[in-house]
Amino acid sequence: MQSLTNRSKPVERKPMTWVERIYIWNIFKGMLITGKHFLKKKPTIQYPEEKRTFSPVFRGVQVLNRDEEGRERCTACGLCAVACPAEAITMEAAERKPGEENLYREEKYAARYEINMLRCIFCGLCEEACPKDAIYLSETFAPANYQRKGFIYGKNELLIPDPKTQAQELAKARGQL
Amino acid sequence: MHLLAIDWIFLLEKLILIVIIISISLGVAMYSTWWERKVAAWIQDRIGPNRAGPLGLLQPLADGLKLFMKEEIFPASSNKILFLLGPCLAMLTAMMTSAVVPWASHLHIAGRDVPLQIADVNIGILYVFGVVSMGVYGVMIGGWASNNKFSLMAAVRGASQIISYELAMGLALIALVLHTGSLSLGVIVEQQAHQGYWNIVLQPLGFLIFFVCALAECNRTPFDLSEAESELNFGYHQEYSSMKLGFYLFAEYVNMFISSVIMATLYFGGYHIPFIHIADPNFAALAGFIFLFAKTAAFITVFMWIRWTVPRFRYDQLMNLGWKGLIPLALINLLITAVVILLHTQH
Ligand code: SF4
Ligand code: SF4
Repeated sequence: MQSLTNRSKPVERKPMTWVERIYIWNIFKGMLITGKHFLKKKPTIQYPEEKRTFSPVFRGVQVLNRDEEGRERCTACGLCAVACPAEAITMEAAERKPGEENLYREEKYAARYEINMLRCIFCGLCEEACPKDAIYLSETFAPANYQRKGFIYGKNELLIPDPKTQAQELAKARGQL
Repeated sequence: MHLLAIDWIFLLEKLILIVIIISISLGVAMYSTWWERKVAAWIQDRIGPNRAGPLGLLQPLADGLKLFMKEEIFPASSNKILFLLGPCLAMLTAMMTSAVVPWASHLHIAGRDVPLQIADVNIGILYVFGVVSMGVYGVMIGGWASNNKFSLMAAVRGASQIISYELAMGLALIALVLHTGSLSLGVIVEQQAHQGYWNIVLQPLGFLIFFVCALAECNRTPFDLSEAESELNFGYHQEYSSMKLGFYLFAEYVNMFISSVIMATLYFGGYHIPFIHIADPNFAALAGFIFLFAKTAAFITVFMWIRWTVPRFRYDQLMNLGWKGLIPLALINLLITAVVILLHTQH
């Protein structure tokens, strides 16, 4: 049979020589090899203290955006939920009342917006689907939790800090501080 | 009255020594587990335990605590008494060997010579052998009482392995005894100090055989057939949990420590330091003790190094090596030694 790649090597089946059968020498050779690894520099990254930088295209936990005036951008159109292959997004829409113009950008907004982090596969399709630039994938990942329900992120967890009233927090979240 | 008084001091002295040696053995066994994990990690390009305390030095304590907190399980179909006896026996036999090891030369305290050896019996080596062979009962009884076919299979394997390798070990030792003319470990060390070179020079082959057999006796890789994780789940201590399992694991490390000490004593001059003569007896004893420990630590490290280098032998390979390899080799070694000694004494 012709091999697909030319890297395959035939297996040697000749009987062991006397030196090989006595094992000692070969074990010694093996120990030399492992001995070399003894003092080698370890590639380990000491996680909590030392963090690896993510690549710029890393897709982490979603954030819900606000515009420059601090109004929520999401209009609860549901396109992200439709696009989501993992069906991780649920939302409930509500109508903006008069006087809430400073809170919500559009006339309809998401009263409830939840992403189940255990379902989400961080594909980023919600970000692509959103017509309002309301949802983005950030560069962090969901921290561990003791309970499953802790992984259902609501608006509290997802919304970014208000750039007007919470400028400090926003800068911190963006890593600018 | 006079005799009685002396006896009390003697008893006290021995008691203190026993307590010290047992705690040292346990401490060494504890930190062997830490060292083993470190060595394994380094060989595999990892860092190893480093979270519990500086350098992970508290890791053994954490492990011990964990074992204590685990649920104590007696399998329903097991033989309760034997099930409990197994780990106890394993631990007992592991500790008993330390009794005849000369840890250092005499201490000189308040006009008394205090030998740092619990019992300098003149059949030291024989005693070690007897006790080590009893170690197989820990494995055998544990595997049998678990009433689990994997455990039993592992126990049978372990027993046959230990018995086969004991033979070669004994033959290697006889060659050494031919040279020393004494079975007492204390005398053997003194002799090496006198002759100025260690027994390894005379018995390199014997040492090699002894070393391989010691690996087998301690159930260390490549001879850990009795606890082969991948094929027998966990071998003879599969059904064990909590501190009973801890005892088995611990006994393995105590065994490793003791056999390293014995090897250092028999073939590497024990507490004898070459080329250095220290006048003060107390200081000499201390230095000797430390030196013996350094040798032991080196052996333990080599044991671990081997474990993380070579894979496990197959059962037939194990038996082949034992019966067709080591025993004939040991016999030849014995024969050559005997002939050389005979020629030597005739001239
Ligand atoms: S990243 Fe993908 S899986 Fe996660 S919520 Fe968005 S669309 Fe769904
Ligand atoms: S996040 Fe975007 S896509 Fe999703 S409901 Fe809001 S506006 Fe629509």
